[in-house]
Amino acid sequence: MKKSEQVAGNVASYIDDRTGAAGWAKKNLTKVFPDHWSFMLGEIALYSFVILLLSGTFLTFWFDPSQQEVVYNGTYAPLSHVTMSASYASTLHISFDVRGGLLMRQIHHWAALIFMAAIVVHLLRVFFTGAFRKPREANWLIGIGLLTLGIVEGFLGYSLPDDLLSGTGIRIAEAIIQAIPVVGSYLAFFAFGGAFPGHVFIPRIYIVHVLLLPGIFLALITVHLMLVWYQKHTQYPGPGRKETNVVGYPLMPVYMAKAGGFFFIVFGVTAFLGAVASINPIWLYGPYTPGQISAGSQPDWYMGWLDGLVRMAPPLETHAFGHTISWNILIPGLIIPGILFTGMALYPFIESWISGDKNEHHLLDRPRNVPNRTALGAMSLSFMLISLINGGNDVIATHFHLTINGIMWFTRFGLFIVPPIVFIITKRICLSLQRADREIVLHGRETGRLVMTPAGEFLEVHEELTPEQKWTLTQHAQPAALALPSEDAHGTRSKSAGIKGKLRARMSEANASQVAAPTAEQAKELEGGHH
Amino acid sequence: MRVNRFRRNKFAGPVLVVAALLTIGSAFSIASALPSAQKTEVSAQSTLVDEGKQIFLKGCSSCHGLNAEGGAIAPSLIGVGAAAVDFQVGTGRMPMADMSQQAMRKKPIYDAKQTAALAAYVASLAPGPATVDPTSLTWERDGNVAQGGELFRTNCAMCHNFAAQGGALTNGKYAPTLMGVEPQHIYEAMITGPQSMPKFSDKTITPAEKLSIIKWIKSAQSEPAIGGASLGRVGPVTEGLLIWTFGLGLLIAVAVWLATKAR
Amino acid sequence: MSKEIDSLSGVERFEDPGLPEHKHRKSDSDAIAANRAERQVAILFLLSALGTVGTIASYIFIDTKKFIYLPILGDTNAAQLALGTGLAASLFFIGIAAVHWAKTLMPDEEVIAERHEFRSSDEDRSDFVKTVKERAGAAGLGRRSLIKRSMGVALGLVGLSPLVLLRDLGPLPKKELSTTNWASGVRLVTDPGGQPIKGTDLEIGSVAQVLPQLPEGTERSLENIGKDAVLLIRIRPEEFNLNAERLSWTYNGIIAFSKICSHMGCAVALYEQQTKHLLCPCHQSTFDVTRAAKVIFGPAARPLPQLAIGVDSEGYLVAKQAFTEPVGPSFWERNSA
Repeated sequence: MKKSEQVAGNVASYIDDRTGAAGWAKKNLTKVFPDHWSFMLGEIALYSFVILLLSGTFLTFWFDPSQQEVVYNGTYAPLSHVTMSASYASTLHISFDVRGGLLMRQIHHWAALIFMAAIVVHLLRVFFTGAFRKPREANWLIGIGLLTLGIVEGFLGYSLPDDLLSGTGIRIAEAIIQAIPVVGSYLAFFAFGGAFPGHVFIPRIYIVHVLLLPGIFLALITVHLMLVWYQKHTQYPGPGRKETNVVGYPLMPVYMAKAGGFFFIVFGVTAFLGAVASINPIWLYGPYTPGQISAGSQPDWYMGWLDGLVRMAPPLETHAFGHTISWNILIPGLIIPGILFTGMALYPFIESWISGDKNEHHLLDRPRNVPNRTALGAMSLSFMLISLINGGNDVIATHFHLTINGIMWFTRFGLFIVPPIVFIITKRICLSLQRADREIVLHGRETGRLVMTPAGEFLEVHEELTPEQKWTLTQHAQPAALALPSEDAHGTRSKSAGIKGKLRARMSEANASQVAAPTAEQAKELEGGHH
Repeated sequence: MRVNRFRRNKFAGPVLVVAALLTIGSAFSIASALPSAQKTEVSAQSTLVDEGKQIFLKGCSSCHGLNAEGGAIAPSLIGVGAAAVDFQVGTGRMPMADMSQQAMRKKPIYDAKQTAALAAYVASLAPGPATVDPTSLTWERDGNVAQGGELFRTNCAMCHNFAAQGGALTNGKYAPTLMGVEPQHIYEAMITGPQSMPKFSDKTITPAEKLSIIKWIKSAQSEPAIGGASLGRVGPVTEGLLIWTFGLGLLIAVAVWLATKAR
Repeated sequence: MSKEIDSLSGVERFEDPGLPEHKHRKSDSDAIAANRAERQVAILFLLSALGTVGTIASYIFIDTKKFIYLPILGDTNAAQLALGTGLAASLFFIGIAAVHWAKTLMPDEEVIAERHEFRSSDEDRSDFVKTVKERAGAAGLGRRSLIKRSMGVALGLVGLSPLVLLRDLGPLPKKELSTTNWASGVRLVTDPGGQPIKGTDLEIGSVAQVLPQLPEGTERSLENIGKDAVLLIRIRPEEFNLNAERLSWTYNGIIAFSKICSHMGCAVALYEQQTKHLLCPCHQSTFDVTRAAKVIFGPAARPLPQLAIGVDSEGYLVAKQAFTEPVGPSFWERNSA
């Protein structure tokens, strides 16, 4: 026995003597993970979170979350002797007088943008492949929770430096709180310790940003990962891949090396961005005061769609009985996001209610094989994108010689017109792709090579697919529409159940209208005819 | 590169400065009473005005009217002063290339001498602010950059953006970037209020404060890339764009490589 | 291999050919290729080490005030750049090395692990339900309804005390949202600068940012600015399109509006001198100055509050009265259209 093996053996027995973990560890060290690039998207989010914890801790050593007014006398000359809050001054100190401080600030902020972007693309992957289906509904809900908290955490984070841009953001957040009917102004005064901006808001959101929310994040991420571990990862369909197995590489050593290595890659890319690209140059924004503003005041991208919605809202307010309700704030700022996020959270349950599908699913869907879901996802994306465009309409206008009014009107109408069109087009594309799949399974792939038959006819050579390819393209189940009883168990028709039932039947029918996947029998028949 | 575009004006600046100095300084006096003792100067001045009038009739009158009284598509120039002419013509905004929403800064069509003549002519119509003498703009010596920043953020940043990169106004109008603009043009813009821009009276923003504003703009312009590529200094929009293209793109490319089998 | 029959239609489907045969990599069979891969991994790890050395060296030796010229980036801070790229390299290459190692030298034969259904056996499930029922019954939850209800009350209420304890987070709004420091006779002073302005100081087409003059010795807080900021605009008096009352609130063509947007409280100050429109950069509400800041575009539902101004005996601009409505964004208790 080699020396190193002996040491490993000793360590293992030391641990097992005290925990009895050998059996568990043996099983889990060889745990199998399927390999696909799209399964790494969630990992990007996880690793950026770790980067955020590390770089954030570094920043706390110097950051002073206080709104006490101080006079700046650090190295950045253009702000010399300007009165500002201690939090702004300490952020300047980190940026200019702590070696590597600006680098860490930029890494922290870039990591936050990557974190949110990775959550979104991970969510899209899960949605379009149907990975949220039973038994993974709980993890979908946790994911939605992480996305929501991520938006809040990001907003609080970039609000901390108390610069002109972030102060404007806080001002808008305060206006949203203030607009809540009945209790709004009370909530605003409680949150800000009096009138805006006050002296307590930044210290308060600081503790939420560095302790409360990261704690909740850690807990949710832990559960999220434990569930992935316990339920085993989903996999794409293909030869040998079944609902009852998982095909991939063992945790030790392959997946450990790949996943561990990927952490360093994500960190490296983030550090590179922090080194070469400026983000949130707070020294240029200047300290916050409510009387100043900059052209093109926008939030970070993950709030941009919200800002876009607020911009395009119609100027509606209700004044009655001595009270005011600001629909122009409530609808885009609270009601629409509320509906969107609730709908997103409930989606797995709605889909399984429509399909009546209560089976476990471990094989992922190819998006084309679920046209309605794919179209719904594309439609929601287009909604978000149009809102996001309006959130940056001023920058877009100046760079592409358009008008903010023009973009505003385009998005106001586009928000209602484009998503349904996207739905229809996406659904058609999905069905066309299904048809294309059917074609190549039955007739083979067009090679572009022409041959002349002895009779002088020209024919294009079609290359038959391999059995593996045929299986991948035809393995999916195509359930028929639900046959729903039009009457309930007692033989009576209740009106509400009738409407609900009809709706369900209609949607289920729509889901079932697909291009039939070819069968081996059809292929055989064709073969008989061809040659 | 963005910087180079502005460098083109580098030589135009000093030339303009000298010419303006020689000629415009006295243009204003035409409008006021003419002392008889300065006859030679007066005649030189009136030649300049005549010259300016000729240029005006050829290049400007089709829109602004034969006597600069204005028309359906262009404002009256009576009383706008030499400073307005120096700004509009000196930055190439006038004559306009096309009837777009707003006159754009471009390479000046008239040289410094012609600009001075035009300015003298317009100043001869009615009193107005005189062309700013660049040597009087001692912003480098007298300006206070921090105070300039305060003033800029209160009075200018709302249109020209926090780093003087420009911004959008309504219906396609915009506040232009201030990068590379000559100090006297910045000063003239503040006192004449060209196009959409309002005027900033000397009583509310004193001449000394205006110098501070210029100093801050120049300091922002010459500020090196402290944290790396500036991304245009337009705020979070370009940052978001970079993360969705380069950032996520690179990470996904690595993920694809990671998940492909080696051969 | 068994033929799969579609359970629904009963037709014969294509067969699952099973996991394709494993293809060996070059490095599996070729010792030279394997050695080359090993060297590549080692080089990548060494690049990382080099990155760390570079990072530490640049931390110690590069002056933070030194700027170097680079294409694309322009004049760049040398310390920031060297520190960052060094750190990036030291991290990135560890990752690339590990992945390359895994891909070329670690076993790449795909493994099949079986899943087990999560559903427990029917027996276990019914036992579980039975146990729960039994234990709940033992506690008397079903029978003793008094306990059940009172417990519901107690648990429902217990969450209230922490909420009540949060009450002292801030004072009640009272009249704070509706009042400003503007009052009859208060002078308008420039911001920044704090100088009083005469009615003749503003030219036609000019703007000025002003605040109320505070009594001697009073410090101006940000809360004050957040409510008091006012924008002065002077236009030709004949251009106003105001009713008699609002016209009387102007002075010599000078009109004053609250700078705090009636939508969400941003500073509205983008004044277009030609169109006489005011634009808010946050959400692009556009107000027409000649018509008492009537909203002509964007999400704002109310005009900006107008401040009545005049001059005092010395000719300085003063407020003639306080704002007649609350400034800034709407709130529930706000009582005016």
